[in-house]
Amino acid sequence: MDLFANLGLGFETAFTLQNLLYCLIGCILGTLIGVLPGLGPIATIAMLLPATYALPPIAALIMLAGIYYGSQYGGSTTAILLNIPGETSSVVTAIDGYQMARNGRAGVALFTAGMGSFFAGCVATLVLAAFAAPLSQLAFKFGPAEYFSLMVLGLIGAVVLASGSLIKAIGMIILGLLMGLIGTDVNSGVSRYAFDIPELSDGIGFVAVAMGVFGFAEIMGNLEKTGEDEGFLNKLTSMMPTKTDVKRMIPSILRGTTIGSILGILPGGGAALAAFGAYSVEKKSSKYSHEFGKGAIEGVAGPEAANNAAAQTSFIPLLTLGIPPNAVMALMVGAMTIHNIQPGPQVMTSNPALFWGLIASMWIGNVMLILLNLPLIGIWVKLLKIPYRFLYPAILVFCCIGVYTVNNTVFDVYVTAGFGLIGYLFFKLGCEPPPLLLGFVLGPMMEENFRRALLLSRGDFTTFLTRPLSLGLLIAAALLVVIVALPAVKKTREEAFAEED
Amino acid sequence: MKIRNQRDFGAGIMYMVIGLFFAILATQYPMGTAAKMGPGYFPFFLGILMFLLGVLVLLQSFSAKAAIESIPKFNWRIIAQITGSVVLYGLLLPRLGFLVAVVVLVLVSASASKEFTWKGSLINAGFLVAFTYSVFVLGLKLQFPLLPVFLQQ
Repeated sequence: MDLFANLGLGFETAFTLQNLLYCLIGCILGTLIGVLPGLGPIATIAMLLPATYALPPIAALIMLAGIYYGSQYGGSTTAILLNIPGETSSVVTAIDGYQMARNGRAGVALFTAGMGSFFAGCVATLVLAAFAAPLSQLAFKFGPAEYFSLMVLGLIGAVVLASGSLIKAIGMIILGLLMGLIGTDVNSGVSRYAFDIPELSDGIGFVAVAMGVFGFAEIMGNLEKTGEDEGFLNKLTSMMPTKTDVKRMIPSILRGTTIGSILGILPGGGAALAAFGAYSVEKKSSKYSHEFGKGAIEGVAGPEAANNAAAQTSFIPLLTLGIPPNAVMALMVGAMTIHNIQPGPQVMTSNPALFWGLIASMWIGNVMLILLNLPLIGIWVKLLKIPYRFLYPAILVFCCIGVYTVNNTVFDVYVTAGFGLIGYLFFKLGCEPPPLLLGFVLGPMMEENFRRALLLSRGDFTTFLTRPLSLGLLIAAALLVVIVALPAVKKTREEAFAEED
Repeated sequence: MKIRNQRDFGAGIMYMVIGLFFAILATQYPMGTAAKMGPGYFPFFLGILMFLLGVLVLLQSFSAKAAIESIPKFNWRIIAQITGSVVLYGLLLPRLGFLVAVVVLVLVSASASKEFTWKGSLINAGFLVAFTYSVFVLGLKLQFPLLPVFLQQ
């Protein structure tokens, strides 16, 4: 088994002073944005992408990954103490976590969340390490037809599992795909949809789209909310759980970790979905189900373990197949491309130190996070007192500086402003932007594989159906749509999303 | 026929317009054949697909089962202040430099908040200028026009 040799290489890479430092920075930033409501991992990673130019690729990826899973830790702090989820993935933590805090058990709730996340993080790192190699082997068997079908499955999965209106979400994917095609076509050299604007011939900047749609539009949306619900900040109490607490939280953490690890790998999965899934499982299976909503410790332990596990296992499709399963991973594709790394199965063989170093860094990151979040919790609580009116101008400043430095041109600043307006329109029309970002990243890849597949088959469209792997992937995609359209499933799905609002 | 879900109605129109836009423009590029696709092929069919989805969303908004929803009001003041502050930053950066541009960005955007105060915003602007200058200019050594053009020699 080379797993241990590989992990050894990973730890060797991750344990250099520089990588430890960037891992720490990532974890601190992740906790910070997790704690602060109104600033999510998507906007933050987009904001920091340009700043990673100067870093070596491994340091950059370690830091960005730390932001994503770090935000899962921080998000629960705000949810428990303030009843405002710092992240979407901690929406369900707020339900029982806040009630526990109201009962004077804030410390225990925070401890449960922290330990759940830590355990899940450690397991997920192992899952990631164990699954990565076999999946990469499978990926080498893929031809262009299979890749195309895989992307179809990934995109369909992303909307089936993670969004409200199915048709509207598919529309957003296609819009993303189309936007991804803007710029020079690599095969013919023809400039598409660029209107002779030289800046557009390289395509629309990925950072500009992400910052505009997620950063600016969110700020405008937040500002117009009237009667800001400040919430009541609960006091910190002792973190020592009682014996019954421990007995009750352990099975929930185990279940949450399993659910999170599985849902993270699925296309469209990710932290938020995993947390919702784990909460409903806990609520249904617990013998204390009458306590749910009134401060059940299972309602904190399960979802918190699940969201952290999923945040890490969602790296599996990205690292092995090169397909991002959610919007944060789409940004990681952007980060890898900036550093001239083509995400996909070849990363593990061509760049093993980077691959295993990233995985090992996640375990180190989890150790740092548990230290940052449990003993040092007091510092983060102070941050909760920063009012939003100081925070959002700072977000704008970082975005404007970041997007300018991508190409050193103010053109990108205007593009970002434009996408802010577009994002605001989406928000008003109830169109969710994460599928758009996925489509935007996959657009050029999808066209390329579509072209190649049909070139190989001499224009025969049945190539997607006659190749068994490709057929299997397409059948899976079709099944997903059919299942969701079934009346019974449709009803529960709508209920799930209603709870989310 | 009555529009029950205004948001879906609006989204449907938007999808249709965008789909048509991409499909029509795609016809100006060589289409090629399925076996040897030109640059217009993929975007043309995607555009058509987008248009059809738009029609579907639009029709659904009339359906008796559609939830009654109206499009929430646009807050034009906030839109103008936030977008305006960013555009101003873009205009000022090459002319008056980084320091002025950041201060203007903070002050204009901060005025969009209902709890805006001059004192608080000036302190925030001062802090952010000092912070970004030390991190991005001194620390990461990124290149910016720092001072106004007329002060540069």
